[in-house]
Amino acid sequence: MKKTTPFFTFAIAFICLIFSSFSFASATENNEQAHEENHETHGPINTPEKINGYIKHHLQDAHDFTFFTNGETGSHIGFSLPVILVDSGLHVFSASKFHHGEAVAESNGSYYKLHHGKIYKTKKEGVLRMHGEHPLNFKPLDLSITKSVFGMLLTGVLMLIFFGALAKSYKKGPIPTGLGRALEPLVLYVRDEIARPNIGESKYKKFMPFLLTVFFFIWILNLLGLTPLGFNVTGNIAVTLCLALFTFFIVQFSANKEYWGHIFWMPGVPPLMKVILAPIEVLGMFTKPFSLTIRLFANITAGHFVLMSLIALMITMKAAFGPVASTGMSLFLSLFIMLIELLVAFLQAFIFTMLSSLFIGMAVVEHDHH
Amino acid sequence: METLLNDFSPGLFVMQSVILLILILLMRKFAWKPILNALQEREEGIENAINMAEDARKEIAALKSQNENLLKEARVERDAIVKDAKETANRMIEEAKNNAKNEAEKVLAAARHSIELEKSAAISELKLHVASLSIEIAEKIVKTELSSDEKQKALATKLAEDINLN
Repeated sequence: MKKTTPFFTFAIAFICLIFSSFSFASATENNEQAHEENHETHGPINTPEKINGYIKHHLQDAHDFTFFTNGETGSHIGFSLPVILVDSGLHVFSASKFHHGEAVAESNGSYYKLHHGKIYKTKKEGVLRMHGEHPLNFKPLDLSITKSVFGMLLTGVLMLIFFGALAKSYKKGPIPTGLGRALEPLVLYVRDEIARPNIGESKYKKFMPFLLTVFFFIWILNLLGLTPLGFNVTGNIAVTLCLALFTFFIVQFSANKEYWGHIFWMPGVPPLMKVILAPIEVLGMFTKPFSLTIRLFANITAGHFVLMSLIALMITMKAAFGPVASTGMSLFLSLFIMLIELLVAFLQAFIFTMLSSLFIGMAVVEHDHH
Repeated sequence: METLLNDFSPGLFVMQSVILLILILLMRKFAWKPILNALQEREEGIENAINMAEDARKEIAALKSQNENLLKEARVERDAIVKDAKETANRMIEEAKNNAKNEAEKVLAAARHSIELEKSAAISELKLHVASLSIEIAEKIVKTELSSDEKQKALATKLAEDINLN
């Protein structure tokens, strides 16, 4: 299961990516004028192209929360988030200035335009020099409180509240009460099933804060992604890369002499093999965090993609099966996928933490053989 | 891949790093340390309690066996005492019996002795008496035998005959 699920979901993600780029390619033909008119010619999202665009939009980070969009009038129900840009000075303004990408935002004499969830620096007229799908304009460092950042902050606050309460409940007695009673087994699970067996009895304690934080961080974010709030934090490659890099640096900095010995001068093999093995082992150092990054990203992205596509079946299949059948089918299938995604949400958090502790364990283990 | 790279947001990466780092530090201070310590304390407490119960059980078992030993010893001692007492009693009885026997034998011996003495005294007295009686009788016989001449002669003859025959 551990092996097949990521592969399977990755395969789905891959197929979906190909599929989406195909459909996007067909959509780009009239991209030039469509982009300008796209927002003027609002309308219900009812064509495969539009649905694909909508899903793509959801999978990306955003500068505002949109719970509901009225396609007829073009009005959005939601709220804008603060934009923080580092571009020769700090620019802080509300994302509502962008009018969902329709307007050019001005801040301290600089002009910015939002294009597919990214902020580009423009002239006053807001012209984007397009190169294929992507503008060539300069992208300032965007430290905005985006939807993902908001989700992470929310998760952090939730974790502090929940686990702070659990920590406090131990002061009253050895058995936690209320919510803590549900959280304690999870903490014990991470400690006894993930950290202890993989890192070793004598060393696991040092890494517990990291492992526990990452486990609950990923899990809660995955679960938040399944709510209709529209979070897709762990399906963001920047987020998963950051998580994986944390593991990577912790592994490298806590590694002992034997770990480096195994990488650069593999013991117990002929000298020629040592020379051949060294670059492979060095490559292995970097493929580990890479696999962590891609696994989490692909699983969650694929899950969101499949779930949204299944919900969209309601519209795309309406012509073929009629409204009742297509809605029923969509409901049934998305419910089914939703249950799987609930499992995947836990599974990916588990696998990430598991593999992190496995890599840490490999770096700190003391060999008494050889 | 190009889409993936374009989707990568350095800003989000920076924010995520900062948030995660702060979150790890905060969680370590306010949640994980106290939780893990409390869990460990509780586990140690449970282990101690189990160990103590085990110790108490062992102690009780030891006490029990000690009690049993004591009881056994007491029983043995009692048996020994009873046996001793019996022996003493028997010995005393035996002794008493022997004493009585000896005493009786002594008394008997003394009695026999005195009887013997009495008897011999009686016999010697009787002998004396018989002797005087015999002498008296002999005197009387001799007086009668020697009262006449003929009788003296006849006796002499008879005595002479006896000597001849011999």
